[in-house]
Amino acid sequence: MTFVTETLAWLTDGDSWVGPNGIPARLLEHVEVSILVLLIAVAIALPAGLFIGHTRRATSLAVGLANVGRAIPTFAMMGILLPFTQAYDPALGFTLYPTVLAMIILALPPILVNTYAGVTEVDRDIVEAARGMGFRGGQILRDIEIPLALPVIVGGIRSAAVQVIATTTLGAILAGGGLGRFIIDGIAQNDDGMLYGGVVLVAGLAMLSELLLSRIQRVAQPSGRGRLPRRPFLQLAELPPREAGI
Amino acid sequence: MIDWGWVADHLDHVAFRTLQHLYLAAIALAIGFAVSFAFGVIAARWRPVNVVSTAIAGLVFTIPSLALFAALVPVTGLSILTAEVPLVLYTLVILLRNVVAGLQAAPPDVREAADGMGFRAAGRLWRVELPLAVPLIIAGLRVATVSTIGLVTITATLGDALGGLGFFIYEGMNRFFLTEILVGAVPTILLSLVADRAFVWLQGRATPWAPPRGLQPESNA
Repeated sequence: MTFVTETLAWLTDGDSWVGPNGIPARLLEHVEVSILVLLIAVAIALPAGLFIGHTRRATSLAVGLANVGRAIPTFAMMGILLPFTQAYDPALGFTLYPTVLAMIILALPPILVNTYAGVTEVDRDIVEAARGMGFRGGQILRDIEIPLALPVIVGGIRSAAVQVIATTTLGAILAGGGLGRFIIDGIAQNDDGMLYGGVVLVAGLAMLSELLLSRIQRVAQPSGRGRLPRRPFLQLAELPPREAGI
Repeated sequence: MIDWGWVADHLDHVAFRTLQHLYLAAIALAIGFAVSFAFGVIAARWRPVNVVSTAIAGLVFTIPSLALFAALVPVTGLSILTAEVPLVLYTLVILLRNVVAGLQAAPPDVREAADGMGFRAAGRLWRVELPLAVPLIIAGLRVATVSTIGLVTITATLGDALGGLGFFIYEGMNRFFLTEILVGAVPTILLSLVADRAFVWLQGRATPWAPPRGLQPESNA
């Protein structure tokens, strides 16, 4: 049980909390990169999902892309991207870009699929009723489809967020920042205190974000009599493939 | 750009690492499936077991793989256990959920009809509930397999003895050697895609009555 005392010693050591390699700095890096990736992924996948769900166009293309995207291991993707990003920028092309790009690819499918599926599953009677009342396409999307699909859409973003926060850890393998630094450096320097401290911090951050996002998802649930039915069991089937995110 | 000579010189090693990749993944999936199945049968019946196991699985699922692998190093050293314990845990998260959902998929009418036909609990499970659970179980195996193939690459960070094809990705990154990175990354992606397609095919063969599955949203139940 020496590692428990070593971990506590590392976590409570004042030196662990200061400087560019301190816990606050690494935590900030981790959160920054994760949020950047999520914003880019949402900016791409949300409009695309809304378009596909609303118009029912290009659905098979989306299915295909999402399936392929889900099947590609993130660490392998980082490896393939590395030579290209490094040719573009020798410094950041090593430490940051491969991780960020690979994570965007990781984050797109859950957001795209949930947005598309959420909009598609909105009760057609409601949409028809709105159309009968004179709603136009844009109004239907804004006032009917998006609000009713919101919990599912947020669910997709939540899946993506949890995976991205976990995967940001891998950036440390490529000399990137973030909390994964402590794990990689802990292994390299044979410093169990730092290693376990890193593990505790990374796992803590991942669980905290999961908790926060599940709260947001609950808030996104439409209130009143229009409450959506419970999600049918079948949708439990496809969990996000967990690789790097791991 | 690619050093084909290096590839030709290392074909033996590539074959060894590919095999290692496959057996690391296969062991995790076999153990994960056996445990999930046994536990899933229990959890499908007793709600408290299901609630507790779902909560624990959800917790494990949020722990980043690199952290979980690394956490075991001081405990189990650089043995195969260090790789397999997290790999199995991650498969459990996916498989247990799908086994339980699958076993609960039989509509109440079907269950009552089975009871009316004189099935006992074990017979009903084996002859009625299990066949109806097959689509969800295969869907779970598909996701678990793809995810495990990806996760095996991360074990390369634990040391040269592990990692499967991830060994080349990791070493190639450290040596800035593009050819080696690609020798690891390309076959890993191919393995993953082939496994994914194989389960889609299997799904179609095992359950010809079910419509092909399209996009399914990810649940966070």
